[in-house]
Amino acid sequence: MLAKRIIPCLDVKDNRVVKGVNFLNLRDAGDPVELGARYSDEGADELVFLDITATIRSRKTIVELVEKVAENVFIPFTVGGGIGTIEQMDELLRSGAEKVSVNTAAVAKSNILTEGAERFGAQCVVLAIDARRRTDIKGKWIVTVKAGTEPTEIDVVEWAQKGEEMGAGEILLTSMDADGTLAGYDNELNKAVSDAVDIPVIASGGAGKLEHLYDAIVDGDADAVLMASITHFETISIREMKQYLRNRGIAVNL
Amino acid sequence: MAQIKKKTGFGRHRYVILHVLGVCKSSANKNHLLNTMIAVIDYNVGNVKSVCNAFRHIGCEAELSCDPKRIEEAAGLVLPGVAAFGFAINALGDLAEVVKRAALSGKPILGICVGYQMLFDESYEFGTHKGLGLISGKVAAIPSGRVIPHMGWNEVALPRDMKLFTDLPEKKHFYFAHSFYADVTDEETRVAYTDYGFELSASVQKANIYGTQFHPEKSGLQGLKVLGNFAKIAQRKARK
Repeated sequence: MLAKRIIPCLDVKDNRVVKGVNFLNLRDAGDPVELGARYSDEGADELVFLDITATIRSRKTIVELVEKVAENVFIPFTVGGGIGTIEQMDELLRSGAEKVSVNTAAVAKSNILTEGAERFGAQCVVLAIDARRRTDIKGKWIVTVKAGTEPTEIDVVEWAQKGEEMGAGEILLTSMDADGTLAGYDNELNKAVSDAVDIPVIASGGAGKLEHLYDAIVDGDADAVLMASITHFETISIREMKQYLRNRGIAVNL
Repeated sequence: MAQIKKKTGFGRHRYVILHVLGVCKSSANKNHLLNTMIAVIDYNVGNVKSVCNAFRHIGCEAELSCDPKRIEEAAGLVLPGVAAFGFAINALGDLAEVVKRAALSGKPILGICVGYQMLFDESYEFGTHKGLGLISGKVAAIPSGRVIPHMGWNEVALPRDMKLFTDLPEKKHFYFAHSFYADVTDEETRVAYTDYGFELSASVQKANIYGTQFHPEKSGLQGLKVLGNFAKIAQRKARK
C-alpha cells in the first residue's frame, strides 16, 4: 500500500521562499535550495516549488534553481508557475524536476496537458487548480488563474475531471479561501474533487495543526497533503506530522 | 541573527547526515592508487544525472560515462534508466556487451528501475525484448485491479542478508515509479518484496549483481544509504 505523502511547498519570488495569506502579504521564509535540502533530509516525501513571479526574466532563474535543487534534494520534486509550453516542461524535467505543474496555460490552451502527457508520461504532468468558493451557490467552487488574480467561470470539479481525461497524472488542489489561514483545509472541496477523479489529489491551503492533515486524508480523501506556513516558520516538523498520522493509523513513510 | 542561527543549524544537520551515511571520501583519499570510481552508464535515457548527484552528495566519486574503457576501470557500475524497456535496451546498444562482460567478471553492478529490469531475461513491455540475462526472470505488466503506474512511497521488507540494506531497519519506504515488474525465477537470487496487492519484487542480489525497482536516488536518506552501501561493496571488491 502506498504511503500518504507529506509535501512542503516552496513559493519562490526573486530567489527567496515567501509565504502569504490568501496569496497576499508575503513573508520571507529563506533560501529555496537550503530549505528544500532541509526538508529532503528531514523526511519529506516530495517537494513543490512554485515560481510565483513567473515572468520571462524569472524563467531563466527558475531553471538554474531547479538544477541547484537537483544537486541537493534526493526526493521527487515538482516545479510550477507560469509554465506555458512543452519546451519549458522539457527544460525543467531535463534540469532535474520529476514533475511539472500547469495552471493558467491549461485553461488558456487546453492541449498542453495532453501533449505533455504524451511526450513525458502522465506521471510527469500535474494539473494545479486554484479554487475559490462561490458565494452564490453552496458547495461549488470556481477555477481562478494567473496566481489567483483572475476568476473564470469554470467549475472546479468539472475542470478536474476534464484535466484527468486530458492526461494529467495528479491534481494539486489549492483552496484560495483557506490558503495561509492555518484554519484547516477545505475538505468539502477535497472530497468533491477526490470523488470525481481516479488520479491522486494533493490537498493544499489551510494547514495549521496536526489534526488538519488527518482530516484532509480521512474527510477530504486526499492522497497527499501540502503545507507551507507551518513548516517554513518551524511550528511543526515533518517528523511530528508523520508520527502523528502513524499513531492515528495512517500509512506514512517514516 | 535568526538567519545566522538557522544557517548554523542547517550546516550541522548536514554534517551529521554525511557522518551517519558515513562513506567513501576518506577511504578514497587513503587509496590514491586505487580506483574507487563508480561509473554511471550514460546511454541517453531519462534523468541519469540525479544518480551521479546522489553519489557525489555522499562523498563518492561518480562519473557519467559511455566509454567502455572507463566502465572497465570503474570499481562499480550503475545502470540507471527512466524509459520504456525496448527503448532502453536499444539505446544501450553495444554497451550491453560491455556491461554484461563486467558483471560476469565479478564487478559489482547496480541496476535501477528499468536498469534493474534489464538484468533479467526478457520483457513484454510493448512487444518482447531480450534483456541482459544476468538473472533468470521475466518483466511483465503489473496485474490490473490496482492503480498503474505504481507510483509513490511503498514499504519494502528488507532481508538481513541483502548487502544493499546493511544498517537499515527491517522495513523502510522507498520511492517507486513504474508500470512493469520483474517476476524473479532465479533460485540463487535473494529478493526483497513490497506489497502492492501482490508481492512485487523491489530489489535483488545475486553474487556481485544488485538491482532495485525503486529509485534510491529519490528515496531520501534511506535511498542514499542504499547507494552508500553499494559504493562500499564496490570499494571493498576493488581493494581485493
